[in-house]
Amino acid sequence: MDLFFQQIFNGIMMGSTYAVVALGLTLVYGILHIPNFAHGHLYMLGAYVSFFAITSHGLGFWAAMAVSVAVLALLGIVVERVVYRPLKDQPHINSFISAIGALMILETWVIVTWGPQAQRIPNPYPGAVELLGITMTQQRLLLIVSAMVLIILLQIFIKKTTPGTAIEAVAQNREGAMLVGINVDRIFSLTFAISTGTAAIAATLVAPIFMISPAMGALLGMKAFVIVILGGLGSIPGAIVGGYFLGIVEALGGGYISADYKDVIAFGALLLILAVKPNGLFGKEVA
Amino acid sequence: MAVKFIREKWFYLLLLAVSLALPLVITDRYIFQIIIMSMVFSIATLSMNLILGYTGQASLAHAGFFAIGAYGLGIMTKAGLSFWLALPAASLLSALVGFIIGLPTLRTRGSYFAIVTLCFGVIVYIVIGNLVEITGGQTGLLGIPLPQLGGLVFNTHKSQYYLVLAFLLLTLFVMHRLVYSLLGLGFMSVRNNEALAESLGINTFATKIISFMTANFFAGMAGGIYASLMGSISPSVASFSHTFFWLVYLMLGGVATLAGPIIGAFAIPVLMEYLQFLQEYRLIIFGALLIIIIMYFPRGLMGGINSLRDKLSKAYKLRKTGGKDGITANK
Repeated sequence: MDLFFQQIFNGIMMGSTYAVVALGLTLVYGILHIPNFAHGHLYMLGAYVSFFAITSHGLGFWAAMAVSVAVLALLGIVVERVVYRPLKDQPHINSFISAIGALMILETWVIVTWGPQAQRIPNPYPGAVELLGITMTQQRLLLIVSAMVLIILLQIFIKKTTPGTAIEAVAQNREGAMLVGINVDRIFSLTFAISTGTAAIAATLVAPIFMISPAMGALLGMKAFVIVILGGLGSIPGAIVGGYFLGIVEALGGGYISADYKDVIAFGALLLILAVKPNGLFGKEVA
Repeated sequence: MAVKFIREKWFYLLLLAVSLALPLVITDRYIFQIIIMSMVFSIATLSMNLILGYTGQASLAHAGFFAIGAYGLGIMTKAGLSFWLALPAASLLSALVGFIIGLPTLRTRGSYFAIVTLCFGVIVYIVIGNLVEITGGQTGLLGIPLPQLGGLVFNTHKSQYYLVLAFLLLTLFVMHRLVYSLLGLGFMSVRNNEALAESLGINTFATKIISFMTANFFAGMAGGIYASLMGSISPSVASFSHTFFWLVYLMLGGVATLAGPIIGAFAIPVLMEYLQFLQEYRLIIFGALLIIIIMYFPRGLMGGINSLRDKLSKAYKLRKTGGKDGITANK
């Protein structure tokens, strides 16, 4: 039973990362209809910016996170401008190919700058807590709690503030939003900044627990796509629930079935579910 | 029209003569190696072109099917089967897996299809890396025998060159026949407007499955040739960076043209040889190229050449007929 709870705990921890990253992706993919396939790579870059700030400039953990969020939010705006905006009125697949170009650039940039080997961010909260026979480090608990706070803050932002409702308005009807005086281009930039900024937070929280490497973004980005598609394109609750669900299923699968095939679960589930429902679980038609 | 036909025929004959005579000129082993690999990747890129370029379905599992062909051939020839039986068998295996995977995935559209095929590619990669008893796990398969024909072992670069050239010509021939057939028109109609194609009585799902299986057959064949020439393979053949490379070759050379994939598969590796000092930054250049092409030259090099030729011939006609007839003829 201890193993079970330990795996559930680990699952919730990984699920927190998945949920935050998928949430950012669902904003741009589901709401702006941009298949930002470089999302996982921007997440990876977020971890590296924090790493750089901590090891080269001696910044504290939280200060480094702030720097990382700022840099990534800015980079998100740039990526949207350069990589996606010129292709706005073209088929989805063109943006997808453009995104592949962007992720090649991002990954190689990190490899050239910091090398292909894995790096480690010093753990700011190494203490361990024992609860009901489960060992949890403070950093892991911090990740879970921070992710929840972040998710709640994002919900409040979208539902209660003016820029947030403007994002929803653009999602519902782009022309209508323009008519009532919303600057759609600016909303695109804002949404991208939020999406990549939150990815940077998730990456920085996870970085002290696992090693960071240039390849860490690719698989995570794909899993985020799986979550977004299965949870319903543009559905925020779908992304959150889907993220935690995938984290727990993977942890249990990894603990009880096979650790080697842990990553197959998400992708296999996508194949199986799309076989039955080609538009995803809560399917909306995509162009 | 006839003149044009004859002229084109001479052009292709000349190209064939050059490619047949090439080994007489080139003696450098290293350059040979690059050319042979470019030809193998030309086959892979041509097959990707069928599903992505002509049928409009961005399959990103291509390296996965390449790997299925490579491992299929490796395992079969190591078990004692002849190359000439193992290669079609491995290609058929790849096409068969394509059929099974195509059934669920081809019902999805646009970026969903791209993501779901990419996911399948990763599954292939993980499975190959973990099935240690069959695939050798991360070490891979070693000691795959070279192809043989009668008493001839393809162990020199020259013989390997002609072997791969034969397969490349075969692929080109099949692609040419396919693309200019009624079925090929069906592929393109699915790409241009799936709903319209369906309303014309085309079974779009069957059309997509046929295109996907054919593309995967040739991807598997390219993988099989690769495995037997290299002699050893590891799970990295299934890595999606291969798929991305072929995508760059295809987009640069010209999507939905027959010459484009070959031009791309030759131009980029050769270019990279001259830009050795940029080796580290290679992928940055690839990525930037991909973005620039998709934005400004979505039809690639061949598309650019074709539209330039159209413009020139229009201008030529215009001058010959004194302007008036040329314009009406074009209308």
